[in-house]
Amino acid sequence: MNVRATWIAALGSLWWFVAVQAGAQGYGGLGTDAQGYAFPSPQYVMQFPKDHGPHREFRIEWWYLTANLTGDDGREYGVQWTLFRNAMIPPNAETLTTANDWSPSQLWMGHAAVTTPDAHYVSETRARSILGLAGAQSNPFKAWINDWQLAANSSDDPNFESLTVAANGEKFSYHLDMKAQGPLVFHGGNGYSVKSFAGHASHYYSQPHFKVSGSINLAGKPVKVTGTAWLDREWSSQPLSADQSGWDWVSLNLNDGSKLMGYRLRGGGDVEGGEIHVSATWISPLGTAISYPNGKLSMEEVSTSVVAGRSVPTAWRLKLPAKDIDIEIEALNKNAWMATSFPYWEGPAIIRGSHTGRGYLEMTGYE
Amino acid sequence: MTLPIALRVLWSHWTYRPLQFFTLLVGLSLATGLWTGVQAINTEARSSYDQARAALLPQARQVLQRRDGQPIAVATYVALQQSGWRTSPVLEGKISIASTTINVTGVDLVSMPRSMNRWTSGENSFDLAGFLTDPYSVIVSADIAEQAATLPGVAKVIVGKNVPSATIMTDIGLAERLLNKSGQISRLIVAPQQPVLQTELQVAAPQLERINNQSAADIDRLTDSFHLNLSAFGMLAFAVGLFIVQGTINLAFEQRRTMCRTLRVLGVSLRSLALALLVELLLIAVIAGAAGVVLGYFIAALLLPDVAATLRGLYGAQVTGDLSFRAGWWVTGLAIAIAGTLLASFWSLQKLLRMPILAAAQPRAWALMTRRSTFYRMLASGGLLVIAVALLLWGSGLVVAFSIVAICLLAAALILPDAIAFLLGAFERFAIMPVSQWFWADTRQQLPGLSLALMALLLALAANIGVSTMVGSFRLTFAGWLDQRLAAELYVRAANEAQSIKLRDWLEGRADAVLPVWNVESSIEGEAGRIYGFSDHATYRNFWPMLEMLPDGWDDVASGRAVLINEQLARRHGVSPGDVIRLAENQDLPVAGIYSDYGNPRPQAMINVDLLTGWFPNVVKTRFAIRVDAARSQVLADEIRQKFGLKGRNLVDQASIKQRSLEIFERTFTVTQALNILTLTVAGFAIFTSLLTQSTMRLPQLAPIWALGLTRRQLAGLEFLRALLLAALTMIFALPLGLGLAWLLLSVVNVEAFGWRLPMFLFVSDWILLACYGLVATALAAAIPARRFSNTDPAELVKVFAHER
Repeated sequence: MNVRATWIAALGSLWWFVAVQAGAQGYGGLGTDAQGYAFPSPQYVMQFPKDHGPHREFRIEWWYLTANLTGDDGREYGVQWTLFRNAMIPPNAETLTTANDWSPSQLWMGHAAVTTPDAHYVSETRARSILGLAGAQSNPFKAWINDWQLAANSSDDPNFESLTVAANGEKFSYHLDMKAQGPLVFHGGNGYSVKSFAGHASHYYSQPHFKVSGSINLAGKPVKVTGTAWLDREWSSQPLSADQSGWDWVSLNLNDGSKLMGYRLRGGGDVEGGEIHVSATWISPLGTAISYPNGKLSMEEVSTSVVAGRSVPTAWRLKLPAKDIDIEIEALNKNAWMATSFPYWEGPAIIRGSHTGRGYLEMTGYE
Repeated sequence: MTLPIALRVLWSHWTYRPLQFFTLLVGLSLATGLWTGVQAINTEARSSYDQARAALLPQARQVLQRRDGQPIAVATYVALQQSGWRTSPVLEGKISIASTTINVTGVDLVSMPRSMNRWTSGENSFDLAGFLTDPYSVIVSADIAEQAATLPGVAKVIVGKNVPSATIMTDIGLAERLLNKSGQISRLIVAPQQPVLQTELQVAAPQLERINNQSAADIDRLTDSFHLNLSAFGMLAFAVGLFIVQGTINLAFEQRRTMCRTLRVLGVSLRSLALALLVELLLIAVIAGAAGVVLGYFIAALLLPDVAATLRGLYGAQVTGDLSFRAGWWVTGLAIAIAGTLLASFWSLQKLLRMPILAAAQPRAWALMTRRSTFYRMLASGGLLVIAVALLLWGSGLVVAFSIVAICLLAAALILPDAIAFLLGAFERFAIMPVSQWFWADTRQQLPGLSLALMALLLALAANIGVSTMVGSFRLTFAGWLDQRLAAELYVRAANEAQSIKLRDWLEGRADAVLPVWNVESSIEGEAGRIYGFSDHATYRNFWPMLEMLPDGWDDVASGRAVLINEQLARRHGVSPGDVIRLAENQDLPVAGIYSDYGNPRPQAMINVDLLTGWFPNVVKTRFAIRVDAARSQVLADEIRQKFGLKGRNLVDQASIKQRSLEIFERTFTVTQALNILTLTVAGFAIFTSLLTQSTMRLPQLAPIWALGLTRRQLAGLEFLRALLLAALTMIFALPLGLGLAWLLLSVVNVEAFGWRLPMFLFVSDWILLACYGLVATALAAAIPARRFSNTDPAELVKVFAHER
């Protein structure tokens, strides 16, 4: 998963005045009122390629790609590409307003980053959907904002078989080709992913099997890269309960060919059994997924680092006894701070222990 | 406790001398008032600039505009974004509601760089969704909040502190509806950080050009000079005002010498006495300071409309003409009044407190003591002049220029008493008659007491000469320049290009020449400026106000191989004829000549008109200058009016443009001249109070002369003459000082402030007039003390001997 709808927290009332309000509302802003929007349903059956496109009846949605890469210079790289969609007006009310080209029923925001062991570059761009400046469509699949885009190489690609992604920031650019080596994976119950004990949820599926080749341009120097990538698709209207303050999320490629997605939601003390909600999806080398409800995976902080003036856990211990997994993961670069409209930590990680491998780590809500 | 008693006794002095009390209050109020007034004007103007600055656009370092000045299509914006550009659209325009004109600034908060949005900061609960969606929340300036609420599509009006006056900040979606400019963008703000992969602007959007938006900095820099100018006058007026205060306090202390002695003998401790005097001074300072603040408000309210007009006319800076009373003025006004009072009374207070209980007055001894410091004063004055020369040679910048002016004034003021004393000594040597010998000697002795007042007079006179010379020179130059620049008889602007073609055809044979006056906003040396196209004609070759020109320069420009630029541009970028400059983004041309261009703060260039239309095919081709026989110009103008229906600003004759320009010019200096006159008035008042002070202290010196046989009338006459003589001597010194000041203003300050240097002209009749004013003022000031002396009871004079003070 990733509950990274984070920007709604900011958007709820301020956006670039986050500094003022983040303290008051923070990532818990994802738990704000969602009147007029649809709610995720456990009965919903996803259809493709339709569900690759936007779901306007839901308030928030994202296309979230992370990649662990190795350059022809022998160095390790992490790449992130994200498009957030945020509805400003509920779908029924939309028809009532006087429409003009600028009418921002949907606001779009892109985040892109390149991480190396000693540097981390971030870029953010925001747009309305005016004249197709930003948006998403299901067939042929394409999600874009300004000159950034994530797109299928052909139409009728329900499985995300072949995609390209490109971003262009103030200090970097990249262009990657991705070929899927396995099927789509559905989290929770057929893609219905529960986020709190009170029943907050989202629709959540992934394509975690990408094999990647492409190039990254850093400070004017192109580097050829190869590796793996993981694409998440998620949408909801109110994914968090009001008292949840943030989350920690991992997506891991293990050396035996299996994969693991896990998240830990903090806060939400209105509950049976504790204030932390941890869920997981284990994916076999062939792509079969097993979802684990709260309590099966354990995620513990091993050590913290001071990043951007905050204390952020950058090393974790994960145990999934059901699959004999007992690993430690550590950030490739502890300073992978996303200094965007709403700030969070996102970067590549190295896996050691019962299994080895590479993965991505995300931590939000550390104020 | 002896303090209340001492205070009451000391205060009784004023109840017996209401006029003196009044003088003190008026002096201090005047000083505080002038200072506060000038500060108020400055604050008001600056807060207007801050508002303008906060208004988004000036914040942007770079903007993209269409080369032809037309609105940008939304599709162009989208194409740019998709070519790797990060820009944010702005749509501007004006609407009018109930006869109020309102500026509408439509912005896109979604794409706008975060750092550029200052006007919603402080709105902690800013509701972005409300701002972006219909019906909209808008942010407005307080003055149009009511009108804004009546606009269609506006749900909520938020008064923003940083929004410039009469402005609505709103989402671009509402702005295009309000302005009826659907699908249009006025300009694109370029984000300070741009992506690495970017298609070149010429390819991505060839119709756009990138302009460094320096207007905010320009306005700051230009208006800084104006405000520094005002502040300098404010300080000068305050300093001159303090001379009055010093004079009056000195007098009061002198008169209360016996009172203090008595109090001390009666057992009032020195501490209590000092405290009592201090309390009294503070009380006076507070009363006068408060009156001064109110006075300052009125002065500011009186002058602000002119200041606003000046700033608008000269720099294009928008300043609202109305003044709001700010609480801060009370604090600063009272503080400056108290500080000034303490400064002015420091010596008197110290003298009084150091005085041995039973000592007699020793004015002559003070005079002797001051002589010892002559050497140090000369040294200080010389040192200051060295600094001024050094600054002149190696310094640069407006503050330095004004510092030179201040240092020169200070140095001159410092040596004034010694210079006058030197002259008096020379006169004394030639005096044969005893009375005249006494007259010169006594004048010299009186000098220390009057020196501060004379310094005040010197400063006021010199400032007056300097400023009026500067303004006069400017006026002459400006008028001459207008004659050159406005050589054509008629200036027309056709309604559209079709009409303009018809007009030119029609004028064929009716006018001697029809010269295009086409221009575009474009970048010159990376700054926002204006490029004019002109056709080669004798009008330009014979009349254009060239400062420098290469041989064959006109031919080069006429054939499109070179460019003419204005003086401001040349000075700012250090460009000389022969140097190459960059125009319109990517055109390089050598400079053939430099022309003067007064009253315009921005860079300007002139090129061949065909070159201009080549670079900018869409340039608006509707403006022309028409050469015609002067006698026929009115007839032709009437014909054009009838045939083409052009009127008002679309058809102007040379004379009315000149008149309008000169009006703006006169308005520019109204404030300067008003302050000039106020300063001179204050200086006259300073002389008056000093003489009044002196007259009471002089009884012991005059009584022996009276006893030797001179009548009181004769003595009073001599006193009167003495004052006139000192004033006249001061004027003699003021003249060269004033001319030096004028030179500094014209050749140093003007260059720094406006970017042009002006020739200096001398106006002897003005000096004579000023001398007359000065002498009349002094005569008025001297008459009262002299009259008072001639009416002194002989018994008072005899008492001098009886007391043997």
